[in-house]
Amino acid sequence: MIEANIDKRIKTYKGNTQLVVSAQFPEGSITRVYGSSGSGKTTFLKILAGLITPEKGEILVKGICWLDTAKKINWKPQQRRVGFVFQDYALFPNMTVQQHLEYATADLQLIERLLLIGRMESFRQHKPQHLSGGQQQRLAILRALALKPELLLLDEAFSALDDDLREALITEIKIILKEFKTTTIIVSHHLQETAGFADHNLKIEQEN
Amino acid sequence: MEWTPIWLSLKLAACTTLILFVIGIPLAYWLSRRHSLGKVVIEAILTMPLVLPPSVLGFYLLLTFSPNSILGSWLHEYFNISLVFSFEGLVVASVIYSLPFMVSPVKSALAHLPVSLAEASYTMGKSKLETFYRVLMPNIKSSLWTATVLTFAHTLGEFGVVLMIGGKLAGVTKVASIAIYDAVDNNQYHEANQYSMVLFAITFVIVILVFIFNRNSVRGPLE
Repeated sequence: MIEANIDKRIKTYKGNTQLVVSAQFPEGSITRVYGSSGSGKTTFLKILAGLITPEKGEILVKGICWLDTAKKINWKPQQRRVGFVFQDYALFPNMTVQQHLEYATADLQLIERLLLIGRMESFRQHKPQHLSGGQQQRLAILRALALKPELLLLDEAFSALDDDLREALITEIKIILKEFKTTTIIVSHHLQETAGFADHNLKIEQEN
Repeated sequence: MEWTPIWLSLKLAACTTLILFVIGIPLAYWLSRRHSLGKVVIEAILTMPLVLPPSVLGFYLLLTFSPNSILGSWLHEYFNISLVFSFEGLVVASVIYSLPFMVSPVKSALAHLPVSLAEASYTMGKSKLETFYRVLMPNIKSSLWTATVLTFAHTLGEFGVVLMIGGKLAGVTKVASIAIYDAVDNNQYHEANQYSMVLFAITFVIVILVFIFNRNSVRGPLE
C-alpha cells in the first residue's frame, strides 16, 4: 500500500492555487490520475518521485516513510528509485537505446526482455533523434521498467502510440508490473488511452 | 623572427584554457541552476572583463598584484611568488580576463537543456556528479568546444592586460601580441608581419577544427 497526503502551493496562469491530494494506492494497482490542465497532476507525480518537495505532506510506501514534512523526513529521488516516464520522455540524446537501458540496470537478461516487449531489438544502436515519436515513448517506458520499480509513474505515457501498439504494449507491461509487484500511477487526459490498463481512478482538483 | 614569443603565447593560452576548463565548468553549472539576486550580481562581475577596456582591468590587476599591495606582499612573503612581470602573473590575469568566454557558452547550454534530463537520471539512482558527467556534459559537447576555443583564441590575442601586468620581458612575458607591437614600434614591419601571419594561421586552424568537430551540430560552433 502506498499512502500520500500532499499539500502544495502551485503557480498557474490564474495565480496561486493549492494542490491537495489524499489518496491510497493498493500494492500492484494501476491508478489513472486525471483533472483539468494545470491542476497539478505532473506536480503530484514529481512529489511522489522526490523531485519536488511540498510545503506539507507524508508519503508512506509499504509502511516505510519516504516523506514527512513534520518530521523533516524527505528521501532523495536517488533513494526512492521510482520509474518515471516524463511527458517529454527525457531521453538522453548522447545514448543509444541499449545504453539507456544499461544506464538504468546492469541486468542484461532484463534488458533483452524489455527490448523484445517494446519491439525495439532492431533499434538498440539507435539514438533517440533517429527514433519515431512512438519509439521514443516506448523507450522511455522500458527505461523506467528497467529499474524494477516499486512505484511507476507515467505522465501521458501512451499518447504517441497507435491503438494496436498500445494494446499490445499494455498487455506485456501488465505482466511485468504484476511480476515486479509494481504500483502504477498514470496521468492521462483520455479515458480510452488507459482502457484495459488502469483499474482505479483519481481526480485531482485545484483548491483556491 | 624569434619563436619564443609564439611559444609563450601558446603556453599562456594552454595554461589559461586548462585552468578555466577546470574551474569554469562547475561555475557555469552553478550559475545555470536556479536564479537568485546573488547569482545575478556574481554573473555581472564575471562578465565585466567582456566590457571593460583591457587596460583598465590590467591596471587594477597591476595594483592588486604589486608587492606594495596586501595580496602582493602576502604572496611574496609566504610563497615567494611575484605576480607582476612574471609568467604566473600573466596566467592569473588571463584566467580572470577570459573567464566569461568559458563560462557564458557553457552556462547558456546547460540552462537550455530540459530539466527532465537530470531529473530522469536522479530517479535512476544517479548522483548529481554522475548525472553531470554522463548526461549533461555529453549533451553540451559543441558548447564545450566553443568555450574552449574561444578561451584559447582570446588568450592568444591578449594585449592590454598582458602589457600592464607583464610588460615585455623577453622569454618571460613578451608574448606574440606584444612582440608585434614592439616590432612595429621599432619600424620592423617585416618581423611584425611574420608574427601576425603565424598568429593568424594558428587561430584559423583552430576555428576550422571546431567547425569540423561541430559539423553535425544544429547550431553553429560560434553561436
